[in-house]
Amino acid sequence: MSETTNQLLDNLNALAAGLFLLTAFGIVAMRQIKGCLNLFIIQSLLLAASAALLGLRHHSEHLYGVALVNVITKPLIVPWLLRKTSPAEIYTRREIDQALNIPTSLLLALALAILAYFLGMPLLNAVGPDFRGPNVPIGIAGLLLGAFTLTVRREAVPLLIGLLVMENGAFLTGISISRNLPLLVELAIATDGLIIVFIMGVLTRAVQKHIGTTAVGTLASLKEAAPEPTTNEVTK
Amino acid sequence: MSIIVILLLPLVATALVCLPFKKHWAAGVTVVSCLTILVLAVRVAWLVSAGSSVTAALKVGMLKWIAVDGLSALILVLIALVGSTAAIFSVGYMAHKSLEPRKLLLYYANYNLFIFSMLAIPVMAEPTLVWIVVELTTLCSALLVSFENTREALEAAWKYVVLSLMGAAMALFGFLVLFAAMQAAGGGVYTWEGLVIAAPLMPPVLLQTAFLMILIGLGAKAGLVPMHTWLPDAHSQAPSPVCALLSGVETTAILYVILRLFPVMKAAPNSHAEVWALVLGLISVGTAAFLLLQVRDYKRMFAFSTVEHMGIILAAVGLGASAAGYGVMQQIVSHSITKSFCFFAAGAALLAVETREIAAVRGLIRKSPVACAALIFGGLGITGAPPLAVFLSEFSILRAGLNQRHYLATGLLAVFIVIAFFGVMLHINRMVFGAREGEEAPPTNEHSSGEKEQRLPFSCRLTLLLAAVPVLVLGFYIPRPLHDLLTQAAAALTK
Repeated sequence: MSETTNQLLDNLNALAAGLFLLTAFGIVAMRQIKGCLNLFIIQSLLLAASAALLGLRHHSEHLYGVALVNVITKPLIVPWLLRKTSPAEIYTRREIDQALNIPTSLLLALALAILAYFLGMPLLNAVGPDFRGPNVPIGIAGLLLGAFTLTVRREAVPLLIGLLVMENGAFLTGISISRNLPLLVELAIATDGLIIVFIMGVLTRAVQKHIGTTAVGTLASLKEAAPEPTTNEVTK
Repeated sequence: MSIIVILLLPLVATALVCLPFKKHWAAGVTVVSCLTILVLAVRVAWLVSAGSSVTAALKVGMLKWIAVDGLSALILVLIALVGSTAAIFSVGYMAHKSLEPRKLLLYYANYNLFIFSMLAIPVMAEPTLVWIVVELTTLCSALLVSFENTREALEAAWKYVVLSLMGAAMALFGFLVLFAAMQAAGGGVYTWEGLVIAAPLMPPVLLQTAFLMILIGLGAKAGLVPMHTWLPDAHSQAPSPVCALLSGVETTAILYVILRLFPVMKAAPNSHAEVWALVLGLISVGTAAFLLLQVRDYKRMFAFSTVEHMGIILAAVGLGASAAGYGVMQQIVSHSITKSFCFFAAGAALLAVETREIAAVRGLIRKSPVACAALIFGGLGITGAPPLAVFLSEFSILRAGLNQRHYLATGLLAVFIVIAFFGVMLHINRMVFGAREGEEAPPTNEHSSGEKEQRLPFSCRLTLLLAAVPVLVLGFYIPRPLHDLLTQAAAALTK
């Protein structure tokens, strides 16, 4: 392939990765749960696009496989599974009380993205020139922002999406630095993602049925101190 | 061949359990399957410790990712052993709860799947596949943790899933970087063994990053402080046989994956893996020891003791030399058998008094002498009182630490172990011998159980007896075959 095509592919990949980072920010801040899910779908499509572009760039059929697996599982099966397992009204909900207000969380997210850049640089220098690209720092940023989403959100579905964003981030790095992983492994990891969605969907439904809320982040009855006033203080 | 059967049996059992037969069908199938697995696992361990390869026939297709050495065989046997005792305990424990048949069926189906996912950890040799089965252990056990569907159980399950999966995502990143490091070192087969061979040529930055990400990520699931917060919740809210599995072998199996990285790090020039292990281990032991003093729930108490033991094992790896070899293996064995016994004892106590609050249980000795004896024995066993298994293993770790001239670290470790001993025994003493405050029990207790003796289901008493044997015997005598296996396992860790 000619030099210009390669450059074009690299630029397109950088674009996909940049948009990936943007969606990760969106997921931190988006109040609507439906919106969160849509952003996650877009993010997975961008991950697939990045895999396909890198596959074209480095002539790797294996990366096409990754792209295909991503297109099938995340945008299609994940929402379907969620709808099957968890209560339907969960999507119409708006999450009002995040742990931090949105401007603060976005600022912190920005700091995390910058941190990811500095964490990614030494790794980039250590891998061969063939493997370099924006995928490594942005993948790390995805990992960090996903973890951050898990700490600030309280509703069940955004928490689940936070986990999946972390996994997407790990993958975005993976497709650029370890692109010869056996396809079987990729398939297994994708299946695993679906099991995560299934189990957490079932748990969400159980939580809603037995506790009557889906704001699982607010559950905090299990701890050492502050005994329940009922059982353990025996009569004087 | 046995390996394949071992992996297939729990899946077959899961399918069989779902068949709509009589009441005890599901429990029976599970017990039989677990016992068969135990026999096969012992056979595998026997062959491995005799030096013959059990996976020589498996070199085709994806089966080449299955490999068993001494360390794997040891973990395999432990999982099979605790899986069997917990299955027997489940029979009486779950029957006592008088659940509807569908729910019971769900329990046993999940139980077998969980056993499968754990058995797969030691036999997989390809790190990303190991990651997948580690992930599966979380997912298969999540519904077991939330099984009772109470507010607390659901909260615990949710925390468990979120924190473990968060750790798993970090570990995935680590494993992918490790793969990249391997490619940078010129490729090779991506297995534990291949990693050790390629390690000297790997770029240090990649190897270090991968190691730290995996240590933190899987450390979250093994319950290392400061990522331990979910552990006491999940390990106390699940039904007791499941707690025995979670605390006794799941944590150990996860720690096994971390241990697999140490030979790799050792093969690479100036890695500081030992320092990390020692520091993280000591922090875990120390934090857990002090938290043990203020627990209010006796199942949580044993859960914190798991955090402590994970810390001891990791710190022992950090101490190096013989502490990192034979001592670690001994500690892994004694932790698994003793901790599972402790949770059986806690389950028996729970059946007798129906509360988890330490403060609400007083004078247990009058209500259920069996549960009571088991609690004392378990408490003494897990805190390392002589002449029980944990004492021997902790002693050999401390001795090896002193031989290595790590005086400060060994001293700290010893102090924390002693604090943990007092913490646990203080609570157990109160529960067992404590007089009723003001002669008045809490109203619920007085009515239901009063002073009359509670009879435990037969299978529970049987399990307590069976599980106590190794705890006692391994305290003063390690049979020759086990010794060989431990030596082999230690060699896999320190090579």
